[in-house]
Amino acid sequence: MAYARDLNQIRALIATHKRWDLVFALCGLLALMIGVLSFAVLFVDMAIDGLPRLSAEFFTNFPSRRPAQAGILSAWVGSCLVMIVTAFFAVPLGVASGLYLEEYASKNWVTDLIEINITNLAGVPSIVYGLLALGLFVYQFGLGQSILAAGLTLALLILPVVIVATREAIRSIPQGIREGAYALGATRWQVCKDHVVPYSSAGILTGVIIGMARAIGETAPVITIGALTFIAFLPPAPLTSAAPFVSFEWVTSPFTVMPIQIFNWTSRPEAAFHQNAAAAGLVLVLMTLAMNGLAIWLRYQLRKNLKW
Amino acid sequence: MISVAAEDPSPDPADASSARLARRRARVARERIIEFGLFLAAMVSVFTTLGIVYVLVKESIDFFQHVSLWDFLTDDQWTPLFDDAHFGIMVLLSGTLTSSFIALAIAIPLGTIIAIYLSEFAPFSIREIAKPFLEMLGGVPTIVYGYFALLFVTPLLQKIFPGLPGFNLLSAGIVMGIMIIPYVSSISEDAMRAVPMSLREGSYAMGATRFQTATKVIVPAAFSGIASAYILGISRAVGETMILAVAAGMQPNLTFNPLEPAATITAFIVQVALGDLPHGSVGYQTIFAAGLTLLLVTLTFNVGGYVLRKRFREAY
Amino acid sequence: MVETSEPNAAQDVTKAEVRNLNFYYGDFHALKNINMPVYEKNVTALIGPSGCGKSTFLRSFNRMHDLYPGNRYAGEIRLFPDDVNVLAASVDPIEVRMRISMVFQKPNPFPKTIYENVAYGLRVRGESRRVVLNEKVEEALRSAALWGEVKDRLNDLAFNLSGGQQQRVCIARALATDPEILLFDEPTSALDPIATASIEELIHDLKSRVTIVIVTHNMQQAARVSDYTAYMYLGELVEFDVTDTIFIKPKKKQTEDYITGRFG
Repeated sequence: MAYARDLNQIRALIATHKRWDLVFALCGLLALMIGVLSFAVLFVDMAIDGLPRLSAEFFTNFPSRRPAQAGILSAWVGSCLVMIVTAFFAVPLGVASGLYLEEYASKNWVTDLIEINITNLAGVPSIVYGLLALGLFVYQFGLGQSILAAGLTLALLILPVVIVATREAIRSIPQGIREGAYALGATRWQVCKDHVVPYSSAGILTGVIIGMARAIGETAPVITIGALTFIAFLPPAPLTSAAPFVSFEWVTSPFTVMPIQIFNWTSRPEAAFHQNAAAAGLVLVLMTLAMNGLAIWLRYQLRKNLKW
Repeated sequence: MISVAAEDPSPDPADASSARLARRRARVARERIIEFGLFLAAMVSVFTTLGIVYVLVKESIDFFQHVSLWDFLTDDQWTPLFDDAHFGIMVLLSGTLTSSFIALAIAIPLGTIIAIYLSEFAPFSIREIAKPFLEMLGGVPTIVYGYFALLFVTPLLQKIFPGLPGFNLLSAGIVMGIMIIPYVSSISEDAMRAVPMSLREGSYAMGATRFQTATKVIVPAAFSGIASAYILGISRAVGETMILAVAAGMQPNLTFNPLEPAATITAFIVQVALGDLPHGSVGYQTIFAAGLTLLLVTLTFNVGGYVLRKRFREAY
Repeated sequence: MVETSEPNAAQDVTKAEVRNLNFYYGDFHALKNINMPVYEKNVTALIGPSGCGKSTFLRSFNRMHDLYPGNRYAGEIRLFPDDVNVLAASVDPIEVRMRISMVFQKPNPFPKTIYENVAYGLRVRGESRRVVLNEKVEEALRSAALWGEVKDRLNDLAFNLSGGQQQRVCIARALATDPEILLFDEPTSALDPIATASIEELIHDLKSRVTIVIVTHNMQQAARVSDYTAYMYLGELVEFDVTDTIFIKPKKKQTEDYITGRFG
């Protein structure tokens, strides 16, 4: 028994179905537009409000009760210092973890436990990291409400990002290279340090940059630790004029960071402070975009240059 | 540089072999130490989880000495800092649930449509432009979204709903939804692109259109990946802090009406952290009890997602 | 089982006619001036060494190349009785695929139940009446010699079947919509010998109902299964004739070299 043999029937059917195709393609484009437009509107809105406030003084002034004189000096310096501590912890821990999981770990329940934990931690809300920091680092370990505590917390927060990036970068190295090295009598650590890490370094760097871009915008954990929202001083400088020329006092000093400064200004009722918030927000968004852009560019260069 | 574990030539055979043995022992010991060091680094993730559980549970246990679990779960007021303190987590949960619901009502449909469109319909040029934009959308710091919600979206909404309070859940929920779209769309799209071409060819060879293939074959085939994208979105919505702290206000309010201000679990923790709470006081402990509740909720979703993925792992 | 008569080009009705078919993957000239008839209710086999273009040729029949950018057809494949050029830009590929079905090399059942796999083509054509679907699904599964094995578990996932059974689900799926031509692209190369034998038997039974074109790299299979055979080499159709002629007394030396295994 023939089915829908009539060509006209078939053609009519196809026409109806193709209409659905068209309708959906339009919906898809519309949905995409909503996403893209939202970003554009957000960016333009911040630029309109904030651009007029951007000036050299904005970057070199401390926050002040008078909005016109307020600046983000303590905020961006604080952010930089926190990022240094974050990188200091996140990079070695993340790379070492990734290296262990890819090159050393055997398939047993301990490895499974570690992997489950990493996946789990990636889904834990950032404020819970803040609570961890508050309870454990600030009080139990006595690190105080300091840059050290903040950096350590953010390092833990972005650890899954770094670990995943490291693992993927390591996985893309062909087995033949390792085998060649082992065949020459190298030990496992030598293979790792001489081959695996150098060849995957660009991929790792990409992951680190993405992680840092995330960390720089994190507010909740840092607030929970107790970063203050109104800081009109800078932490002690790391470089001093007297011996030993390097000071670590800054690590334990009170501080603030960019997102918290934005939060502070946004929460004030005066519109002038909102302008400051927009300006600072613009700076933060541009920094984040630049870091993400750098990471994407790096990833692209990496794909071009690696000819396995 | 490849270092070759070469042996030094030695005139005396007996000396040579014992020297070799000593070197070998040193090498093995070094390798073991390094491996252990790397292992410890990898265990940091386990320690972190243990740390989180320890901190939350320890403070919550202290908390529950003062407040009964029953009260915690059923009280309809949340006023932990008053003299007549009430600790009904329902109040905070209502804010979390309402805002999350609005966010997901935006993110899940839009995210899925975008994913299907990019994976099955869009020409290469559109994909190349759209993907970076979506990544950027996901990279904006949440405090900036909070600013946007409070100072742009709320005034806009107030034109539609006159009388809308300056702090409200709707505005925060909408912006949160937009923020979550990239999470849902990129993971769903990855799942769909992982469906092998042979299934698509099989469908097209039957005379199916793109839309038919996408909805009848690709989406069911990528189901577990799409489900985990949704679960991630839910986790993200429930755990979001700053957008809500800034735009929904920090006043606890038992309501499911998005046109009202309310505090979520996360916003409450921020509010307390901003103030001065002596370490060890009940007020201080409440944030850990709240945090524990939050963790349990997100954990349930994460585990649920993991189970879903295992059950419906596609065997291509 | 219908008695199969000897293929006879004089008596057999032409179902499709390939005229001056050329095909380009980008700049690469993959098919060169192919002219060939496809006779109704007969099995036509396409054989030749790897890379000769037989799959490319087969996939031109149902416009599969349209799914990928950079491909170009020149020439015609005319489908009878309405004499329409299947390759014309004005002809919708979807329409072509509703008349010409395909079974692939690696079984590709959808992640759905056996029933839903077989019913898919019907659903795509807008059929949703349970009664009709039930009937067509059973008919297709019987034609694919699978009904007895699966009739009690139509709601099982197709993935749970063996390779040979999966391929027969795919065949049933292709048959359910009563196609005018059924294309087989190396249908047994991924199957074990027993499954292969049963598929070959199935093809033999099917040809009384539907025109079949089959690509195979296995010469013996072509000899067993087909009525007409086309030998291809480097994108050209070297020789087309009744299968017995090709295998016993080929007209071209090139064909003879391939058949006797001197190369390829």
